[in-house]
Amino acid sequence: MKVILRNPRREIEIEGRRRVHALLVELGLPRESHLVIRNGTLVPGDEELDKDDVIEIRPVISGGF
Amino acid sequence: MKCRTCRGPAIIELPRHNANFCAEHFLQMCRRQVEKAIHDHDMLQKTDRVLVAVSGGKDSLAVWDMLVELGYQADGLYIALGIGEYSEESREYTERFAQERNLKLTVVSLRDDYGYDIPTATKVTGRVPCSACGMSKRHLFDKAAVDGGYDVVVTGHNLDDEAAVLFGNALRWDVEYLARQLPVLPSRHGFPKKVKPLIRLTEREMAAWCVIRGIDYIVEECPMAEGNRHIGYKEVLNLLEEKSPGTKSSYYLGFLDRMVPVLAAIAATGADSVTPCVQCGAPTGGEQGSVCAFCRLVERSAAHEPVSVELIRKKSRSQKRVQAEASKK
Ligand code: SF4
Ligand SMILES: [Zn+2]
Ligand SMILES: [Zn+2]
Repeated sequence: MKVILRNPRREIEIEGRRRVHALLVELGLPRESHLVIRNGTLVPGDEELDKDDVIEIRPVISGGF
Repeated sequence: MKCRTCRGPAIIELPRHNANFCAEHFLQMCRRQVEKAIHDHDMLQKTDRVLVAVSGGKDSLAVWDMLVELGYQADGLYIALGIGEYSEESREYTERFAQERNLKLTVVSLRDDYGYDIPTATKVTGRVPCSACGMSKRHLFDKAAVDGGYDVVVTGHNLDDEAAVLFGNALRWDVEYLARQLPVLPSRHGFPKKVKPLIRLTEREMAAWCVIRGIDYIVEECPMAEGNRHIGYKEVLNLLEEKSPGTKSSYYLGFLDRMVPVLAAIAATGADSVTPCVQCGAPTGGEQGSVCAFCRLVERSAAHEPVSVELIRKKSRSQKRVQAEASKK
């Protein structure tokens, strides 16, 4: 599957299928600071992602005040 | 995974509520949290004229969206900070949001209206970018609220923001800052009332609100925020949250419930004498006949040749290297 990461924007390829939370763990990204989005829709942690999926992992922490 | 409310398929899990939600009931949960914050802290009346401080990021666009949905009369104010592409893009998101919903948006440009920008002000002050930036924003929001006859200024500070600031204040035991870290600042001495309706919602929830509601916002970080202390505090708190869901809200909301009353006497003391700035008329803490910090910043920055974002970033990186090496010794 194609995974789009942000800040800075970049793309990586992941082989095979994965559950959402397994993918986050594998990439070392905490759930509390990321959302997983597929076709403009949020995908919950237990969902299985297909090898043809294009997903975005969006960080949600912002700085400043 | 099923929605706690309707048992339909869930799209998000919220460990801190020990629950999962579908889109519709997630939005309902968010609205209720905002209504509860507004009600518990007496933030807004339906008849108030509200000015929302918008940055083009998820929080300020989400809070504006929510308030309009809940029936408040809320206009937006965007300040163009002149932070390169980041500022240009965030302005586009903000303008598009307002246009699509037919909302009133005012734009103030530091460069066009005051002759400076944040990178230049940072160079001139020699302090972290967020310092000159925060001061400029506060001044201009106050001014816009007073000039425009608004009853209250709304900001998009969320639970993570407030918990991180609290963490920083408690690490330093800065008792005066702790005493003043309130979700509502009443209007006094010519300053408008300021409120934070998102204190019961996390960053992740606000980003999810935007995705579900189809709100495009600037995902990229402000390039000047790099290495900002608050981001570090947020990461630490999120590690704790992951191990023990609900930590952030019990930390911050518990502070409001149980510490703020203890600190009330301290909050009541402090600078009470305020005089108008001789240049712009804004209230300032100085003596009679003094010029406010904003006017002084404008004067010094506008006289300086413009500085690029890249230059400031290079400087802050090399400063950090020097600090890191010094701390190794
Ligand atoms: S991160 Fe700092 S410099 Fe950037 S917009 Fe926020 S307050 Fe201003
Ligand atoms: Zn539901
Ligand atoms: Zn002034």
